[in-house]
Amino acid sequence: MITRRSTLLALPALAMMAMGSPALAQDKPYIALVSKGFQHQFWQAVKTGAEQAAEEFGVRITFEGPDNETMVDRQIDMLAAALANKPAAIGFAALDSQAAIPLLRQASDAGVPVIAFDSGVDSDIPATTATTDNLAAAALAADKMAEMLGGKGKVAVVAHDQTSRTGIDRRDGFLNRMAEAHPDIEVVTVQYGQGDHLQSTEVTKAILTANPDLGGIFGTNEGSAIGVVNGVRETGAENIVVIGYDSGTAQKQAINDGLMAGAITQNPIGIGYETVKAAVAAINGEELPNIIDTGFYWYDKATMDDPQIAAVLYD
Amino acid sequence: MNDAIAQPAKPKGFLRLIDTGAHQKLLAVASLIALLIGFSIGSPNFMQTSNMIAILQAASVNGVLAVAATLVIITGGIDLSVGTLMTFTAVIAGVTLTSIGVPLPLGIIAAIGAGALSGLISGTLVAKAKIPPFIATLGMMLILKGLSLVISGTRPIYFSDVVGFDQISRGSIIGDLIPALPIPNGVLILFIVAVVVAYILNKTVLGRYCFALGSNEEAVRLSGVNTDRWKMAIYALAGAICGIAGILIASRLNSAQPALGLGYELEAIAAVVIGGTSLSGGRGTINGTIIGALIMAVLTNGLRVMSIAQEWQTVVTGAIIILAVYADQLRRQKAK
Repeated sequence: MITRRSTLLALPALAMMAMGSPALAQDKPYIALVSKGFQHQFWQAVKTGAEQAAEEFGVRITFEGPDNETMVDRQIDMLAAALANKPAAIGFAALDSQAAIPLLRQASDAGVPVIAFDSGVDSDIPATTATTDNLAAAALAADKMAEMLGGKGKVAVVAHDQTSRTGIDRRDGFLNRMAEAHPDIEVVTVQYGQGDHLQSTEVTKAILTANPDLGGIFGTNEGSAIGVVNGVRETGAENIVVIGYDSGTAQKQAINDGLMAGAITQNPIGIGYETVKAAVAAINGEELPNIIDTGFYWYDKATMDDPQIAAVLYD
Repeated sequence: MNDAIAQPAKPKGFLRLIDTGAHQKLLAVASLIALLIGFSIGSPNFMQTSNMIAILQAASVNGVLAVAATLVIITGGIDLSVGTLMTFTAVIAGVTLTSIGVPLPLGIIAAIGAGALSGLISGTLVAKAKIPPFIATLGMMLILKGLSLVISGTRPIYFSDVVGFDQISRGSIIGDLIPALPIPNGVLILFIVAVVVAYILNKTVLGRYCFALGSNEEAVRLSGVNTDRWKMAIYALAGAICGIAGILIASRLNSAQPALGLGYELEAIAAVVIGGTSLSGGRGTINGTIIGALIMAVLTNGLRVMSIAQEWQTVVTGAIIILAVYADQLRRQKAK
């Protein structure tokens, strides 16, 4: 009993020693990044970029995010733990910008600069926001779609959701560009698959059944795009121009196999890099622009292996 | 082994004052203290008032859910719907307070009432329709998740215009009295809920039947007790407590987030079993559950403050849950 109990007592302490204590004995400035997610490849790529910048500018970073994008309160807990470590600056990708405002205000009162990344915060607290111009990126997808369809035909959009900023911007960027620049292309429907592979597959099959003369489909994020590819493959529809968004092994594979014409990629590594770079600038009291556009690219089978493109794609 | 008999005598006597089942509490408390000491050594930033408050605040919602889960688990059941029921009640509060515009107390009552009603439905499915609790509450979990999205129109409902709503969880009555201790009201509410439910469990008929149902339901039935009715009452009480959790999380986020909630039931159940409540029913305490919830919160926060890589945080959390329950298991075998 005694030994067992002491084992129980000793274990956490031992575990901590074994894992070391990076929080100790470091005089590098510390920047805490609290992201929207952690395990998705996109966020891992953001982390990679942040780590590159941390090395380059001689700062120490941590990178954390909740298991999924619904866990608003867990993200707030992460922000609270990050603040306890007295960071020199904070990078924050808000799941819900309102919910985080009390803590962000606490940070700003303590003189800790906040850099928003990926999506903005509805407040004047962040020193800047490092993000993709999703409206412009989706407009580029519309242009590519129109080009491949010869300027006329019917297309559909499979979007990831109707409430998030990225979901709204990518949908509207695509729709607006089609309406303005390509009047002979009709967007017959916009459907939502929650960014889930399976749901997006079902949505795509329903669209194809309802519109046998469809010319193309735009999937607005990785999960949607893969769902579109699956749906087209399962129904056996031919000559559908599929345009995707982001990257990932499956999407790269689909482009290589010719199932997908091409895709827009954001620059997640750039988002991470620019966030840390901006944090360092803020620590040094430098002026920052309101928005840091981290850029986006069109890629297809021909350009996928270009060094500039390959650098921002992830598996 | 002789030591083993001699040594625990003192703390046992001391802890008996707080509760029976002293050993188990000793173990859980010891783990909690060990974690606090370990993290304090691990990071100089861990042991500061603001971080301790952050931990308590993180524990408050999970703690209340775990109290609800404890009641059902003691009856030998399980409630998988606590997380999405919490969300559902938050959405009910959102709709009544913002769209309909009822006064604040009515919105709170509506949320808690919706929780009780949903719990009553789960209880009826279990007691009357004889659907196993795992299945009945799994179904309810999905129904409530869906209904939250339907009622809210899949959009978060913000309470910005409801004066005082964010103070329910974020405000601090204690802090107003003692400025050095700005403990948020959410934490205070957790402890009030815990004390009330512990009283119900230990001092009332409902509490006694709760344990009796978990130990030997057939014997209770044969002695002429309407077991169905008591079981439904317990599920309804658990549902009402989830309603309190719904108010707490909505107030903390100043919004009802309709998509949130899945996965929260497992964390609540983890807190319950770390606290020494048996999943096979008939045995458990609210004190244990609260300590279990605190252990979970300390662990999560401490690993973060130590800047341990997130993938390892998850591994360590899982290992500690198993370890805590295993230690409890050993103690029980010893007792036999």
